[in-house]
Amino acid sequence: MSAVPLLEVKDLTVEFSTRRGIVQAVEDVNVTVPKGEIVGIVGESGSGKSVTSYAVMRILDRVGRVARGTITYTSLDLVGASEPEMRDLRGREMSMIFQNPRLALNPIRKVGKQLEDVLLQHAQADARDVKRKAIGLLEQVRIARPEERYHAYPFELSGGMCQRIVIALALACKPQLLIADEPTTGLDVTTQKAVMDLVVDLVRARGMSAILITHDLGLAAAYCDKVVVMEKGRVVETAASIDIFQAPQAAYTRKLMRATPRPGITLHDLLPEETPAPTPKAPHQVGEPLLTVENLVKEYKRQAPPPTLKGLFGKKPEPQPPFRAVDGISFTVNKGESVGLVGESGCGKSTTSTIVMRLIDPSGGRILFDGQDIGAVPARAFALSPLRKRIQMVFQDPTESLNPRYTVSRAIADPLLRMGGFTGGARLRDKIAELATMVGLPLELLDRFPHQLSGGQKARVGIARAIALNPDLVILDEPTAALDVSVQAVVLNLLQHLKETLGMSYLFVSHDLHVVRLLCDRVIVMRQGAIVEEGTAEQVLEAPKADYTRELISAIPHPPV
Amino acid sequence: MLSSFLRRLATAIPSLIGVIIVTFLLTRVLPGDTAAYFAGPAATPEAIEEIRAKLGLDKSLPEQFVDYVTGLVSGDLGTSLTTGQPVINDIVDRLPASAELTLFGLVIAIAVAVPLGILAAVRQGSWVDHLCRIVATAGVSLPVFFTGLLLVYVFYYLLGWAPAPLGRLDVFAFPPDPITGFLLIDTLLVGDWETFGSALAQLAVPAATLAIFALAPITRITRASMLSVLSSEFVRTARASGLSPLKVIVTYAFRNAMLPVITTLGMVFSFLLGANVLVEKVFAWPGIGSYAVEALIASDYAPVQGFVLAMAIMYVVLNLLIDLLYGVIDPRVRIEG
Repeated sequence: MSAVPLLEVKDLTVEFSTRRGIVQAVEDVNVTVPKGEIVGIVGESGSGKSVTSYAVMRILDRVGRVARGTITYTSLDLVGASEPEMRDLRGREMSMIFQNPRLALNPIRKVGKQLEDVLLQHAQADARDVKRKAIGLLEQVRIARPEERYHAYPFELSGGMCQRIVIALALACKPQLLIADEPTTGLDVTTQKAVMDLVVDLVRARGMSAILITHDLGLAAAYCDKVVVMEKGRVVETAASIDIFQAPQAAYTRKLMRATPRPGITLHDLLPEETPAPTPKAPHQVGEPLLTVENLVKEYKRQAPPPTLKGLFGKKPEPQPPFRAVDGISFTVNKGESVGLVGESGCGKSTTSTIVMRLIDPSGGRILFDGQDIGAVPARAFALSPLRKRIQMVFQDPTESLNPRYTVSRAIADPLLRMGGFTGGARLRDKIAELATMVGLPLELLDRFPHQLSGGQKARVGIARAIALNPDLVILDEPTAALDVSVQAVVLNLLQHLKETLGMSYLFVSHDLHVVRLLCDRVIVMRQGAIVEEGTAEQVLEAPKADYTRELISAIPHPPV
Repeated sequence: MLSSFLRRLATAIPSLIGVIIVTFLLTRVLPGDTAAYFAGPAATPEAIEEIRAKLGLDKSLPEQFVDYVTGLVSGDLGTSLTTGQPVINDIVDRLPASAELTLFGLVIAIAVAVPLGILAAVRQGSWVDHLCRIVATAGVSLPVFFTGLLLVYVFYYLLGWAPAPLGRLDVFAFPPDPITGFLLIDTLLVGDWETFGSALAQLAVPAATLAIFALAPITRITRASMLSVLSSEFVRTARASGLSPLKVIVTYAFRNAMLPVITTLGMVFSFLLGANVLVEKVFAWPGIGSYAVEALIASDYAPVQGFVLAMAIMYVVLNLLIDLLYGVIDPRVRIEG
């Protein structure tokens, strides 16, 4: 470690003035980034990890300000620096990669032009060679056909590709410090691995320093030299990555580590140590097939190429074959069983679950539910079918899937009023209270609106709503993807408990193999609309047969334990 | 590009057909008897019947409609009973006057409102922001005829800066040969600076009246749209890359914020065009709005139908232009074209 650190954050306190007074988002935070090292800042939402990095870059919101503490970059005082001085540092000395690459790029400007803007701003190029340099940058972040991609707009590129552009933007002026704020959230695991490998390779090759901000301990462990763990605006632990995973000191770090899904554990292992073990249940009975999907196909018409004048008069071109989002898949879900549907984005897993849920119509194949062909009932008419209440769903985003103008009790009452034969009164109230208790939702929250609840509470409302009608099959569409790991641990245990008590079947859609393994008896791996592998959770995760499954498993970053 | 343009144009045809049918029916159900109105108060019932037959108003509604549509197809909008001229001629004469007034007013409004809205968003909570709010509130709450009269009182009567509010040109100026029908453009084309000055002087106050009215929606939308874009993630990226404030605000934020502004502009333009009747009355402007109102009072069907049709066509063309402009600004729209 060199004597003078590249960046030193000392006793940093950041305040936000809100309508309810001044809130301290970050309190007395100390972070040191030595030259040539990668430091991870790990914490759950609200831990202040992003605010710390915004304070370093001095790009806090208008209402936020550094109340106390110093930020020193080499020997420069960043808190006292003037705005033009900061502007000169940003991009040239330190730069940042953001979460959600698609939103981080100007949607209506060619990506090449956006790169040129940065190059020209910091006098790294002049009008003659700027285009060549921009294309060179695209090459460095390993984008194929860079001359062509120079003219692309962000919406024409995949998420992983957009993140490469953002990385190119950040590295354009050869900065000394790179801050990556959740750079791979929302990307597939294989893309995540490719992007992280690229960032770390570039950082190491240029002798730069980097701060990696993430909620994923595994990711931090795999790529960082040192890890800073934050909770509620404070640093709870700072240690070398290896030490922190072998001997975590802070209770919070231990809790985070326990809550991270990893191989060789059970659902209960995710919960904090002091949680009592669940009463062992008799191994649950897997009964007859409840849902049988046979040769399911979903086709989408391809977008027609723009008509040309020649096309109008000349011969019509051959129409392209339709795009098959789901390509003839078959599987069964038995009574009392949970089946995981795993794959990366675009593999057809969500399309499949939406068809089974009967929200869209398949193009071909049969869906037998309890012996009846529900695929034959059009999606529009299915809402009136008596089978509707036997198949329910928990949606991916707990916030977006709740009506913002419904209170919690109204949201849970919705299916009961529509299909449960309830008309209101004390019977309905009792039922709502019973459901809330079942999902562990405190009763005093029943009159609140969704924006007054935490992410975990909203997830519980979504679950209570789905189980309100005692369905036989619940489709879980990435129910924990938007939650922090510690909340995810609790919600997964809740789902398992509900399944055991109510005897439901789950179709669990997820991109996270570890999470699927914890909850599911069987796993189906999908790729490009087809099933590549199917088997019990242990088989698929421990002895995968398909190359693709192996690739998926190896792409998950592991904590070194 | 051309085919998407034509396709977009074709989608307007059903609405135009609808406009034709609705205006035809509406003018027929309006109270008032055209024949009686034109025969005069002293006319005998026979004379009224005679006029009715001459106008074709004794036929059944479907027959009248067929007559009307047949005329339309051959470019005949009927004859105005008040002016005695074919409606198409009246519209060709008067539409440019209204269009020039509206466009000029809109240009003034944009020139003031867009920078004001941007400044208000960039310096949120500063005096510019408050000024923006005051201007917008005043603009919408004062009726056009009131601001019109106020401006005439101040600039013509008190200060004497503006000419008498009596039409498009000074009485002693010679109107140029109509090329586009827009006096400002026509005088420039022939290089007649004197008439240009006179036309501009006449135009300034009524256009300012309209502009004050149009300021409010444009400022508010510009401000709101800029605020949401300024807090978006790509602006943060641009700032984190150290781009200059000018570059961030103009190239990154404003170009994105323009899309809702343009939509609003289209709406503002179309309601200005229809609603400037009052301004035309106050300034004795020989425009299409006052023409239509007079015809409506006289139960003169043909000009009213012609007016509504002209408005509908302008609205369609305008929206088409806005769609095309959208495509120029936003590459995502171009694909779907």
